Amino acid sequence: MNLAQIVQYCLSGIAAGSVYAIVAIGFNIIYNTTGVINFAQGEFLIVGAMTAISLNQIVPLPIAIVLAVVVTVLLGGLIELAFIRRVPNASVMRLIVITIGISIIVREAMLHIWDETVRSLPYFTGSEMSTISILGAQISPQVLWVLGVCAVIVAALTLFFRFTLTGRAMRACADDRMAARLCGVNDRWMVTLSFMLSAGIGALAGCVISPVTQTQYDMGAPLAIKGFTVAILGGLGNSMAAVAAGLLLGLLEVFMVSQFQVAYKEAVSIVVLLLILVFRPSGLFARPETSALRAF
Amino acid sequence: MHLQRYLPVIAAVLAVVVLHLALSVADATYYMTQITMSAYYALVVVGLCLLMGYAGQVSLGHAGFFAIGGYASAALTTSNLLAYQHTRPIAFCRSLGLLLERQDLYGTSILSFSPWLAFAVAMILAAFIALIIGLPVIRLKGHYLAMATLGFGLIIYRIVLAADGFGKADGIINVPPFRLFDGLQVNGRAPFRVQNYYIAWTVVIAAMVLTTNLIHSRIGRALRSIHQSEEAAHSLGVNTYRCKLCTFILSALFAAAGGALLTHYNGSIGPSEVTVMKSVRYVAIVAVGGMANLWGALLMGVLLNFLSLRGVFGTYDDAVFGAILIAIMLFAPDGLLRMPRLAWPPFLASRRSHG
Repeated sequence: MNLAQIVQYCLSGIAAGSVYAIVAIGFNIIYNTTGVINFAQGEFLIVGAMTAISLNQIVPLPIAIVLAVVVTVLLGGLIELAFIRRVPNASVMRLIVITIGISIIVREAMLHIWDETVRSLPYFTGSEMSTISILGAQISPQVLWVLGVCAVIVAALTLFFRFTLTGRAMRACADDRMAARLCGVNDRWMVTLSFMLSAGIGALAGCVISPVTQTQYDMGAPLAIKGFTVAILGGLGNSMAAVAAGLLLGLLEVFMVSQFQVAYKEAVSIVVLLLILVFRPSGLFARPETSALRAF
Repeated sequence: MHLQRYLPVIAAVLAVVVLHLALSVADATYYMTQITMSAYYALVVVGLCLLMGYAGQVSLGHAGFFAIGGYASAALTTSNLLAYQHTRPIAFCRSLGLLLERQDLYGTSILSFSPWLAFAVAMILAAFIALIIGLPVIRLKGHYLAMATLGFGLIIYRIVLAADGFGKADGIINVPPFRLFDGLQVNGRAPFRVQNYYIAWTVVIAAMVLTTNLIHSRIGRALRSIHQSEEAAHSLGVNTYRCKLCTFILSALFAAAGGALLTHYNGSIGPSEVTVMKSVRYVAIVAVGGMANLWGALLMGVLLNFLSLRGVFGTYDDAVFGAILIAIMLFAPDGLLRMPRLAWPPFLASRRSHG
């Protein structure tokens, strides 16, 4: 394997990995405020991409993407208001099963709206033919878009959680919901907001990868599995570690594909997931004792 | 003795016979084909109910165990050993009567392992895989357990879809009927409809008797104590880990048996049996039946699978199961049929303290 090939593999691995990281951050945001893994997280990406594809036939691409994100944010909020808020004291198992049900309903609704056709957004700049040469490797400009957008999402979220009142209130809820409520934080609204935020970043990530990976109604579940693997790898609830873990999984996957059959690509992340669950459920970067602490 | 415990068994036997008579009178015996299939699916549900309701462990990978049973049986009974018939192991199996010779549709003669042997191998394989998977996974809780079992199901799905030996996306077809005894065989063709209806129900009711006895035994009480408070059970000397592991293996065996028998009945198995949606569907049915309600799970397992197989839900098949899951979890987490406690006459109630 020469340098150009290695660069090629690395960049596509990092691009895939950064999307997994966004999915993982989506998991983390909801987990931190509710203590629940939202199994419908993968569906947000597909809803976002599909909506943008449909809207793009009437309005220009940037507006279509913005509208798609808004639609998905509303969907996320609606899901919280309609389902999660109804069962405030439910057990974790009950909530998991509810989100699984939601993911099925959303997926089936997409099947009936957009059928089984594989669709995709147009490339943001250039076309599928255009490439940029980096260290001898040929890279599609869309890969740079994916990297750029994911970096911006991570940076924006960090700023949001550090410096805005709402972001700090959400962190307070994650630390201790009762204490946050006593300090006047509307904790129910924070849960709704966390679903909207997760849906929003999911939709944006879904739009930006749509030109590369294409979009089909049932692609949410594999993405969710990978996102969850990444979230666990980084330590559930820890978003910065999720970014590192996402890149790691992306690279691992790409180099495995270069050695083995493509058919087993999906299996890589599942094997990683099972291994990490068995041997280090607190994640690669966290010490087991601190895994109970949640930070965005 | 324990009359109350076996009343549902007697009722179930009566219901099965009455249903047969009713269908014969209505001249609608063709429904029995789907009822037989539903019964095998219900076997998976009953096993999962034992795991979810009594051991308190969710599994999103039971379609994987169903597939292990089905695919192992199918692969062993369809692989042609004719080329190896003179090698020592195959000749040895033949002398023991473990092989089956037959001719396919085009007259080619096929020598394969007998369904009995295949069934035994499938069960051992399922138990072994359940043990290997269960050893680490059973220690996990909540999301971790859910995702780990989901991951297990997905791996089985990937293997089935990618491996040549399992027919990739086409699955395995031309699986021979399972001759149990002379004149009694698991076979999906119309002349065998009635006997298969009774074979399936015999298996299911035997499974119900087994599980009913299990949950009323020492192990069953241990399981229920785990479900209520694992720490408390542990402190009282219950080996919670071993109890949960055994239940996991038993429930995997139920699923594998259902898979193996249904594969012989249908004559084929395909990757659509192994999807995550199938696993979720089993969970949904257990939830509707009421988590810790074996008879509820059985009833719902037969009813919902029957409706689904008849195509009542049309293109909304998966959506219906998703909606059921949400609705049950939101409004009736104890299931639809919380069996009302009947007041027993005093002479029957005398030994109730055991039940």
